[in-house]
Amino acid sequence: MTPRSNRTMTRLITRLAQVSAQSALLAAAALLPQAVSANTGVALQHFSANSGNLPSAQRGARNFMAYCSGCHSLKYLRYERMGEDLNIPPDVLKKNLMFTSDKLGDQIKIAMPAASGDWFGRVPPDLSLETRARGADWVYTYLQSFYLDDSRPMGVNNTVLAGASMPHVLWELQGWQKKAEHAAEGEHGGGHHEGSGFEQVSKGSLTPAEYQAFVGDLVNFLDYASEPGKQARISTGLKVMLYLFVLLGLTYLLKKEFWRDIH
Amino acid sequence: MAITPNPYKTTGALGWIDDRFPLTKMWKEHLSEYYAPKNFNFWYFFGSLALLVLVNQLLTGIFLTMHYKPGAETAFDSVEYIMRDVPWGNVIRYMHSTGASAFFVVVFLHMFRGLMYGSYQKPRELIWVFGALIFLVLMAEAFCGYVLPWGNMSYWGAAVIINLFGTIPFIGPDLVTWIQGDFVPSDATLNRLFSIHVIALPFVLVGLVVAHILALHEVGSNNPDGVEIKKKKDPATGIPLDGIPFHPYYTVKDMVGVAGFLIIFCAVLFFMPDGGGYFLEAPNFTPASQTNTPEHITPAWYFGTYYAMLRATPSFAGTQIWGVIVMGAAVVILFFVPWLDRSKVKSIRYKGALSKIALTIFAINFVILNYYGLQPPSDTVQLISQIGTILYFAFFLLMPWYSKIDKTKPVPERVTE
Repeated sequence: MTPRSNRTMTRLITRLAQVSAQSALLAAAALLPQAVSANTGVALQHFSANSGNLPSAQRGARNFMAYCSGCHSLKYLRYERMGEDLNIPPDVLKKNLMFTSDKLGDQIKIAMPAASGDWFGRVPPDLSLETRARGADWVYTYLQSFYLDDSRPMGVNNTVLAGASMPHVLWELQGWQKKAEHAAEGEHGGGHHEGSGFEQVSKGSLTPAEYQAFVGDLVNFLDYASEPGKQARISTGLKVMLYLFVLLGLTYLLKKEFWRDIH
Repeated sequence: MAITPNPYKTTGALGWIDDRFPLTKMWKEHLSEYYAPKNFNFWYFFGSLALLVLVNQLLTGIFLTMHYKPGAETAFDSVEYIMRDVPWGNVIRYMHSTGASAFFVVVFLHMFRGLMYGSYQKPRELIWVFGALIFLVLMAEAFCGYVLPWGNMSYWGAAVIINLFGTIPFIGPDLVTWIQGDFVPSDATLNRLFSIHVIALPFVLVGLVVAHILALHEVGSNNPDGVEIKKKKDPATGIPLDGIPFHPYYTVKDMVGVAGFLIIFCAVLFFMPDGGGYFLEAPNFTPASQTNTPEHITPAWYFGTYYAMLRATPSFAGTQIWGVIVMGAAVVILFFVPWLDRSKVKSIRYKGALSKIALTIFAINFVILNYYGLQPPSDTVQLISQIGTILYFAFFLLMPWYSKIDKTKPVPERVTE
């Protein structure tokens, strides 16, 4: 085999194993009851985050830096590591994605002064581990569930996290929505599919489908940020499994050979 | 009896050692001339697997300790440092966290094997007692380790478990403060749990494992038939007719078990290290917080059965100590199993219907209790846990009765496979 076809083979096997692993996980997930927000009991939309989707994670990184990083740090992630893992060259990284530091080895901090805790009533949390602490479904649904609410200081509330102190930063993209009258109560259990429970008040610069994809990119990026070693871990794992199956076969043959004379 | 150095008269470098240290003697007594019954089945893998997991925990623990920084201000960050900045740190950490869960899986199955084949019966009572001690120490070790990442579930788990001591009359509250080294779980608590986790308990654990194996090798292994192989020896050699040398027969066989186990272990480790939120819980990815209580405080999954019993016991006479007593008794009662079983036969194969039904109910009930111990409290959970607690104790407390009246089958002279 040429090195090239060899590489194609490896890639094919890897992909096959990934697909089968994913479908096994999906099957397992289907058996579980639908996740709901612990805070409000609202059903969460399912999103299977895949930090291995590089273009999506790259877009997510760009959008995170543009829209989120003003307030939310990723203090356990370093710019350099992000650049290496997401295939972003250092000059692009420095020019377009680094707003708080010019050192590649620095962690992703925010520019907001430390004393700004009461700007929003609380310090915006670090998001390094957000998708592991709350789950990808939660973040995915949360970012789509802001609605107008005059009773709140920022004029918005969130069905997933009641009384959220965060303003709807992405309103220019999503536009404004309000809670639909008929769905104001009793959203439990029912499938919370796209648009359900909300009425669009004004249009944003993105269509609902585009906005949903935008949020998906962000979640994929946050999934990456929550464990930068994940993809490497999975690919190491596939090699380890291959080795172990060979080992199982060999040890079995060895055992059989040794035990031939035991009756 | 005087000890004769080098009884096998080895020569050369080995002889030099054997004149001074029983190397060949130990090799023969514990491996190449330790005769184990030839009919070990699937259930006999879990002893060697428990040893494998112990070694895994010790080795990965050494490397984690090199990078982990105990302390309320540093612990959580240092775990993320291991996960992100230490080369192979994430794999080492997952080996350790998955290993903790795997330890309980193999130990539960190992203990079930003992119950099934009467491996605790005379003359193996002490093996069982050492084993029960290992289980007890393992639980303490797992609890201490669980606190170390100092995530929010670590914190509240520590608070709940340490406060169990607070139910002891008179000295309780002061005892809690003394254990914590503070009025709430804090930096002082974390540091002492670290010390206990990496030095005190591993030391005791390894010592107990050595005692467990020495006791086993003194009397010889039981087997699925519960037949004493030492009763039928080859008159010429004095070797049990149904015995085969542990090495190489069981070393090569256990290697198959190890490979099979590692496939499952590594599948979890590499593809789902969170274990569906049971091996690494979501709230533990949030740093410990005194003001932010997790939605449902649950212990690690392997404590589910005992936690269910704790919750199932109602408070009475103004104190909740009864739950703690019931939970403690559930572990302590294990020590008495060798004397509770009055059956004439060891193995479930030759016991009667009563024993078989009792053990089946016990095993199913153990799993159900474990499940409900992790569910948010409700009336249903409470009722099921209470019934489960009664069934758990009934298995042990009624054993002297049902094991005695149970109709047994004749045990063969030799092992059957």
